[in-house]
Amino acid sequence: MTEPLSLSAEPLFGLPLAELWFGLLFFVLGTFLFLDGFDFGVGALFATRDDHDEREQLIAAIGPFWDGNEVWLVVFGGMLFAAFPVVYAALFSRHYLLMFAILGALIVRGLAPEMYEQREDDQWQRWWGRAFVVGSVTAPFFLGLFTANWALGASRTLTVPGVVVGLAVVALTVVDGAAFLRLKTRGGLQADLRGAAQRAVVAYLLLVVLALATIYATTPAVRSALLSAEALALVAATVCLAGGYVLAIRTDRHYLAFAAAAGLVFALVGVVARLTYPYVDRVAGVTVREGIVSTLPLNLMSIGAAVLLPLVFLYFVVLYSAFSGPIEAGESY
Amino acid sequence: MLDPVIASRLQFALTTIVHIIFPVMSMGLAPFLVYFTWKEIRSRKPIYEQLRRFWTKIFAVSFVVGTVTGIVLEFEFGTNFAAFSTVAGELFGGPLALEGMMAFMLEATFLGVFVFGRERVGDKLYMVSAVAVGLGTWLSAVWILIANSWMQTPRGFELVEKGGREIVTLTDPMAAYLNPRFPFMFVHMQNAAVLSVALFMAGLGAYYVFRHHVWGYPIENVGFWETTLKIALVALVITAPLQAVHGDLYARHVYETQPQKFAAMEAVWETDSYVPEYIVAFPTSLADLTDPKAKEIFGIGIPGGASWLASGGDPQATIVGLNEYGEAPPVAVVFWSFRIMVALGFWFILLGFWGVYRWWRGELYEDDLLHKSLMLSSLLGIVAVELGWVVTEVGRQPWVIQDVLKTSDGVSPGLTGAEATLTLAGFALVYLGLLTLYTYVVVRIVRAGPPTGDDLRVVEREEATPAGVTVDD
Repeated sequence: MTEPLSLSAEPLFGLPLAELWFGLLFFVLGTFLFLDGFDFGVGALFATRDDHDEREQLIAAIGPFWDGNEVWLVVFGGMLFAAFPVVYAALFSRHYLLMFAILGALIVRGLAPEMYEQREDDQWQRWWGRAFVVGSVTAPFFLGLFTANWALGASRTLTVPGVVVGLAVVALTVVDGAAFLRLKTRGGLQADLRGAAQRAVVAYLLLVVLALATIYATTPAVRSALLSAEALALVAATVCLAGGYVLAIRTDRHYLAFAAAAGLVFALVGVVARLTYPYVDRVAGVTVREGIVSTLPLNLMSIGAAVLLPLVFLYFVVLYSAFSGPIEAGESY
Repeated sequence: MLDPVIASRLQFALTTIVHIIFPVMSMGLAPFLVYFTWKEIRSRKPIYEQLRRFWTKIFAVSFVVGTVTGIVLEFEFGTNFAAFSTVAGELFGGPLALEGMMAFMLEATFLGVFVFGRERVGDKLYMVSAVAVGLGTWLSAVWILIANSWMQTPRGFELVEKGGREIVTLTDPMAAYLNPRFPFMFVHMQNAAVLSVALFMAGLGAYYVFRHHVWGYPIENVGFWETTLKIALVALVITAPLQAVHGDLYARHVYETQPQKFAAMEAVWETDSYVPEYIVAFPTSLADLTDPKAKEIFGIGIPGGASWLASGGDPQATIVGLNEYGEAPPVAVVFWSFRIMVALGFWFILLGFWGVYRWWRGELYEDDLLHKSLMLSSLLGIVAVELGWVVTEVGRQPWVIQDVLKTSDGVSPGLTGAEATLTLAGFALVYLGLLTLYTYVVVRIVRAGPPTGDDLRVVEREEATPAGVTVDD
């Protein structure tokens, strides 16, 4: 027999589980944005390539990965539901149309490469190629808009800082995708990506500055959080990581560039988390402590996550090591 | 503009009805793929590589469409049923999060290896990836069905006042998650998935066998389709009778735990004992179709059958009629869906034994009536699954959580009719396109047939390898 009482009395080991889950949630969001981010970036860069073989290579590069990467968003949704059910309900219904815009973009992005590979037909591939680009660009834009609205406590869906953050996230996915493709390709394509990568990171930095300025101007509620030591440190880290990224790209240190892109993603998500805190739903005025689920399910979920997340990382290690290195010629479906 | 409650319900119905097709395909194919991979590695016979590669293509496309349509459902609890999510989130969110971490992750990562990695990984890891993908699809079902079955037979919680409304609070996780309905639902659903895929395979196999052997139109790789047909028949003859036996237990369980749903399944309006079971029911008027009443409908009834079914052997048992409850579910939908599902179930049993009998007599390739029946039945397994879920989900109305929360009270309070109607229309359009595309792609995969000749890794050897001996690359 289990003794539910011992698990329902207080948080496991007296840990600050509410804060830990808040952190974990943003960590999962960051992991999604980093991993699926490069898929989105590859989709955006797809628009810049005309050559049939190169396009095939781009699709083959993300082929084995994107589905697993997207599951991090499913886990994010599930965890938000499990840990902060009130917030999950309020947030998703408040931004009703935006949520379906994200879902629509993800449907298009998921289907397009699969469909593209089904037929060797110019017309068919042109249209699915376009769909792939549109899905890959709009999905991170809407996600950025959603995340900004959440952090800043916007009750409307379309806001100026939200749009700027959305654009910044799109640029960031291109930074991420270019670094990933530099690992996965060779030759002319790889060389061409050097320029695209650098332009993307410059665009990202400019958009971050613009985002910070608009947030400061339009949202007094988060000004103090924006000027907090943690937020400023993360912004400084973003600048340094961008510099490191450019350097790594120029000197062909592919893994370093990819790691810098990861750093940029987590720095951005860190800033968002800092702006959100201590609330978990600013519009409804719900703090992390108020929004957290009651102790028994919280403890159970914590045990579940502590056991399962290391396993999940193991699966990703297996997957990424099975497909490490550049794409081989003729490797596709 | 539709009412937001109606639009949300229609949208959820539409998105689940379309989504469930793809998990049925992937969960049903999973055990076959594990078997094919195992046989390919152990026996080194090209036929198993052909089977594994061909059915993996179907699996992969089903999985992709299943992923994109599945995420929609996970978000819809928040977007359209925010009140439900607030009330039940404590119990309902956990299984969804665990499904993501435990099952979906396992499935999606190893699927990458399974679909793309045959040339990149060794036999052992490849076999592991096949098992992991299969296990992932089935574990997914465990958590999703835990969440669903808890709504049918909610246990292990109490209602606690919080923020001005009664919130479900978990008190006993074992009672909640291993609620009485869960084992019934899981067995019924998983067996139905395998049965549906067996029918799909049998239908395809029968089509090519018919063209080759009956029509005399030579099919190059007819051996592949013959094997497909035989494997499918074996699965069919096992799963179809099991489904009927288990379905009988399940119906009895529904009578005990959700009497209102059971009364709707039997269209019993007035409380009565010795209620007949209408094995065959004929609507003799439009009213019988739209508003069936057990007492009036013309059909072949077993006297006391429904009472006997409900109580497990007592034809005198009382069935409480729908009039005793405040609000009834749409009885016509439940009554007819249940009847058609049961009829299909018996048809599948007949098909299974018919096929195996012909096979045993050595006439499997000659019986064109059998071939045609299998072809026409290839999608009926999925139809039966849909009907079963209609009975389950429409039958529990007006409750979203049985006796705890009504569906109409679960919808997002701030949702406007315009928003809900817009997304409903969008989904109707997008999902129609999605189904068309999925069908198109599956048809193309089938037309292209299995990989052959030089395309195969495994080459038929002069001397057959002794069974059970592994040969390394």
